[in-house]
Amino acid sequence: MFCLLLRRSAVHNSCKLISKQIAKPAFYTPHNGLHTTIPRRHGEFEWQDPKSPDEIVNITYVDKDGKRTKVQGKVGDNVLYLAHRHGIEMEGACEASLACTTCHVYVQHDYLQKLKEAEEQEDDLLDMAPFLRENSRLGCQILLDKSMEGMELELPKATRNFYVDGHKPKPH
Amino acid sequence: MGINWHNILRRGLHTSSARLQVIQGATPTKRICIVGAGPAGFYAAQLILKQLDNCVVDVVEKLPVPFGLVRFGVAPDHPEVKNVINTFTKTAEHPRLRYFGNIALGTDVSLRELRDRYHAVLLTYGADQDRELELENEQQGNVISARKFVAWYNGLPGAENLAPDLTGRDVTIVGQGNVAVDVARLLLSPLDALKSTDTTEYALEALSRSQVQRVHLVGRRGPLQAAFTIKELREMLKLPNVDTRWRSEDFSGIDPQLDKLQRPRKRLTELMLKSLKEQGRISGSKQFLPIFLRAPKAISPGEMEFSVTELQQEAAVPTTSTERLPSHLILRSIGYKSSCVDTGINFDNRRGRVHNIDGRILKEDASAKVDPGLYVAGWLGTGPTGVIVTTMNGAFAVAKAICDDINANALDTSSAKPGYDADGKRVVTWDGWQRINDFESAAGKAKGKPREKIVSIEEMLRVAGV
Repeated sequence: MFCLLLRRSAVHNSCKLISKQIAKPAFYTPHNGLHTTIPRRHGEFEWQDPKSPDEIVNITYVDKDGKRTKVQGKVGDNVLYLAHRHGIEMEGACEASLACTTCHVYVQHDYLQKLKEAEEQEDDLLDMAPFLRENSRLGCQILLDKSMEGMELELPKATRNFYVDGHKPKPH
Repeated sequence: MGINWHNILRRGLHTSSARLQVIQGATPTKRICIVGAGPAGFYAAQLILKQLDNCVVDVVEKLPVPFGLVRFGVAPDHPEVKNVINTFTKTAEHPRLRYFGNIALGTDVSLRELRDRYHAVLLTYGADQDRELELENEQQGNVISARKFVAWYNGLPGAENLAPDLTGRDVTIVGQGNVAVDVARLLLSPLDALKSTDTTEYALEALSRSQVQRVHLVGRRGPLQAAFTIKELREMLKLPNVDTRWRSEDFSGIDPQLDKLQRPRKRLTELMLKSLKEQGRISGSKQFLPIFLRAPKAISPGEMEFSVTELQQEAAVPTTSTERLPSHLILRSIGYKSSCVDTGINFDNRRGRVHNIDGRILKEDASAKVDPGLYVAGWLGTGPTGVIVTTMNGAFAVAKAICDDINANALDTSSAKPGYDADGKRVVTWDGWQRINDFESAAGKAKGKPREKIVSIEEMLRVAGV
């Protein structure tokens, strides 16, 4: 099931990471575990406010229930981590390492051409995404630039009736 | 010993803060128990903790260590997939979550007891059995399940003595899902590529002596029904020193159908056709041999017999023709099923999963009504299909159903519930797991691996300090 993927990818840079620090009790000594060995950069950039109006890129997220959230981002923001900053429920299970599809989004058609074309690895993953559409992309692969001003990103609906009893699997 | 004091201190704090909530709150704290600390359990816990303020989530896990198939199923050469552990760790460190490792439903605690002690119980203990071919000689030593083989190289306690016989040239894998491809890749990968992964040391040692040169990957149906996905196939095609050989007759009549296919199927088929066209250009000392339209028929020493099949409306129908493949070792990879670990579970033996509607478990009686307060998520409810996003979406939906039911008073939450009492049991807390994690990371570091997993349960308990 989880056997999705490939090696560390060409994700735009070397950093990986959790957007929010894990709060630890004071008596808890730091250890060499998973989350302390990784540089904490991913997601931190998105927490910085734009330094000038030239950097501002406004986009809108539309969540599973159709709720719209307008967000002020900036040039270079990764839309996965920008979503986390603003409490939008976009997971990012593999932390932008191109190993899952939990940040699948639909990009408003007018803006599709403005995005950098998906690499083979992203396309291979999208093939596994539930409810794939022509305008499907992985949020973690979208970095904002000025041309994306006004863009809408829609999160796919979660699976409905995913396991009604009595479901008959297709014959093999 | 200082460590143990920490533990006691922390446990003490936990209990008192939970008690405080009970005293202060107008309504009793909602207590929810999740059985199984795999992806379904953690994703469900994440959503419940976010949506319900006045609740405590306890996660009970059979093994001392958490993460289920992320630790024991995901291939060791796919470390990126395991990044999800960071998110699960955040959830586990939530002040309203308690982790009880080394507590097995059905042996250490009964479902009845959990239901008495919690307002809601969510079962997410997965699928630990595999479907069988139902052929004579299947129980012989040269036939093992791919699930066990995966468990062996991933260090699942109890799987370490599998001793797969890798002394022969030919391995036949029955089934063409991504687990089958994972196993093929592990068998054909250069050892150096695995040495820097968390593959268990004993498996690396066994693989270093492997004589396996050819891996057949056999499916009942045709290329258009292949169950592996494009990512997995592309990895196989890129393996150094491995020559992928398709049978051109398997692809007759496929070309004209390309345009009618959905995008994922189309891209996968195009990749297979491209690889077929290019085959023979690269030579490798090892061979990966996908074979279609063959149904398992008989097992005999050193070989396996298959019926040639024909497709009729996507179903494989055996013909009278047969083919024999040299098979020193046979790996069965035709699906998982769950086991029924407690007599109180309304279990569907035929399908190998729990009777449910959208995650709400049904009563065992003829009424087929929902049993209030009892839920299932993950493969135990859906059957073993899908990638992590599928399990995530499913677990979120069931967790939401639990929150909705509590908010709508569909469950009786008026009286306080005590939660699990681990007195006298050897419980691994989250701090205990962190000690195991630190130990494994340090042991791995010395070898240039992300971790060296502890395989013995006793050793896990010793390192955890219980």
